[in-house]
Amino acid sequence: MIPGVSEPAKSRATRRVRGLSDRTIAWLFVAPTIALLLAINIFPLVWMIRLSFTSLNLSMSYLPLRFVGLDNFTDILTDEDVWIRLQTTAEFVIWSVALQVVIGFGLALLINRQFRGHSFWTTIILLPMMLSPAVVGNFWTLLLQPQIGPFNYLISLFTGVPPSSFSMTGQVSLAPWTIVLVDTWMWAPYVMLICLAGLRSIPDYIYEAAEVDRASPWRQFWSITLPMTVPFLMLAVLFRAIENFKMFDMVNLLTSGGPGSTTELVSITLKRAAFEKWRTGYSSALAIILFVTVFGAANIYVKALNKVKQR
Amino acid sequence: MTAVLTKSTAHSIVEASPRAKAVAGGLVILYAVITILPLLWIVATAFKSQSDAIAYPPKVIFQPTLEGYVNLFTVRTRQTPDFIAKLPPPETWYDKLVRRRDMVIAGPSKVVPRFVNSLIIGFGSTFLAVFLGTLAAYAFSRFRIPLADDLLFFILSTRMMPPVAVAIPIYLMYRQLNLTDTRLGMILLYTAVNVSLAVWLLKGFIDEIPREYEEAALVDGYTRLQALRKVVLPQAVTGIAATAIFCLIFSWNEYAFAVLLTSGEAQTMPPFIPFIIGEGGQDWPAVAAATTLFVVPIVLFTVLLRKHLLRGITFGAVRK
Repeated sequence: MIPGVSEPAKSRATRRVRGLSDRTIAWLFVAPTIALLLAINIFPLVWMIRLSFTSLNLSMSYLPLRFVGLDNFTDILTDEDVWIRLQTTAEFVIWSVALQVVIGFGLALLINRQFRGHSFWTTIILLPMMLSPAVVGNFWTLLLQPQIGPFNYLISLFTGVPPSSFSMTGQVSLAPWTIVLVDTWMWAPYVMLICLAGLRSIPDYIYEAAEVDRASPWRQFWSITLPMTVPFLMLAVLFRAIENFKMFDMVNLLTSGGPGSTTELVSITLKRAAFEKWRTGYSSALAIILFVTVFGAANIYVKALNKVKQR
Repeated sequence: MTAVLTKSTAHSIVEASPRAKAVAGGLVILYAVITILPLLWIVATAFKSQSDAIAYPPKVIFQPTLEGYVNLFTVRTRQTPDFIAKLPPPETWYDKLVRRRDMVIAGPSKVVPRFVNSLIIGFGSTFLAVFLGTLAAYAFSRFRIPLADDLLFFILSTRMMPPVAVAIPIYLMYRQLNLTDTRLGMILLYTAVNVSLAVWLLKGFIDEIPREYEEAALVDGYTRLQALRKVVLPQAVTGIAATAIFCLIFSWNEYAFAVLLTSGEAQTMPPFIPFIIGEGGQDWPAVAAATTLFVVPIVLFTVLLRKHLLRGITFGAVRK
């Protein structure tokens, strides 16, 4: 035995004879992914942070890069419009997540009764969330056309309101609700799926015990079903809230933020600032503010979620 | 149907009564029908003629035609009846269809190149993401990596950024590297987005394969890489396939990056579909035809994926 070489080192050396060492393999395997993410996510992010302190405007990119310190940030945070957009976004997130949770949870409870053919109908219900938001935004535009769309026709059939007298995507009072509606159509199944997993995770014997104790179905729901699915519901809320907060695609196609700016979510504002006005410095600052908001909120929420799980 | 959706409660005393089941079934079917109606409407619209598509009241019963599909795949120009009379008689059925409207086919539309872009970018990024993801997932699952939890969280967090926000610096970076509006650029971008999902999902799948199998192989004199190739990968094949389909669906459906970062060369279907404009405004049958063609693979994949749907859409956070 060579003095100074400890046992594990030697065994590592023998293994190397048969191929690469485990540690080398670990690094070789993880490195490409990390490198790609650094190149496509982190490097651009750092670049964006740098740009957020400049007045770069790509439509006037002949101007030398000028650092303006925190001006972009103060501009954004003191701009009343931005706050209104944030409020619009928050309202959209709250309403659509709430609707999706109620509908999704309801559907999950119904499907959990295992009626005949439930798996077939479940698959159909799951279809919308697999579609491209581009496709969804696009064909809802057709369905909601005031003159030719079947939606307005159906409404007028049942209520007698003339179909061309209202426009779901073009009217200030209706457009935000249209976004909520279409988003719910698309994503309620997602919440349903998560809730279903939650319901299926409750062991039968708990219900059997409750049955023995003669607990009413109502009581069973409040003391067993709901509390045991809460962690799943919270997870669904987390995922949906993050996604809805960043939502861009469907709104861009359905209303592109209009009429006026009634459905202008922050992501639309961001796109306008970055890709229409080409105010890169300003939009970078806005992007960072958004990212910090999502990231921070998600972190706080995950902590709360873990607490609920531990209970 | 799936692990999630089939757990039988047949012999339990908590089994719902037949009446409760019927009510539940009725409500679910009602919801499913409401869900599917918009989709069916689009599929039907694809077979309408232009005038039927914009008729009021909306037509449920109509004479089916392939006009929408013809219009989708061709570019047409309007001609005077005199000019058309001078042309040789139409040779194909779609020629006739177009000629009836005083139009002649000027050439193929852009839809095929866009579809090809979707395929190349979709499959390219899926292959890369699954390849990189499998390696990383295996390493995370089997080896002790310093700060593994932090790295995994970092990988996940790259998905929290709004695409519009990431698109700004990516756009600038790609401009410097001459990657704007190229397939390679889009493949790399989608790979980066997909790889986070791939790592998380595959780690879950690989975690479930007992370590003993590989350890036995190692004892038999296999190297790590051989054990991975001959023991772990065959076991993980379903998981890898499911992950691949999720990645494919993502890049197939992606709209925000595509609309912001491509304009021609590398444009995929999603940003293209809304801009299929015919003679005299939006050509709804053609748009519907494109939508139908675009959605068919997704519907098939959804049916295939039922089992893994939950895991895939929650990053494996909900197992079951």
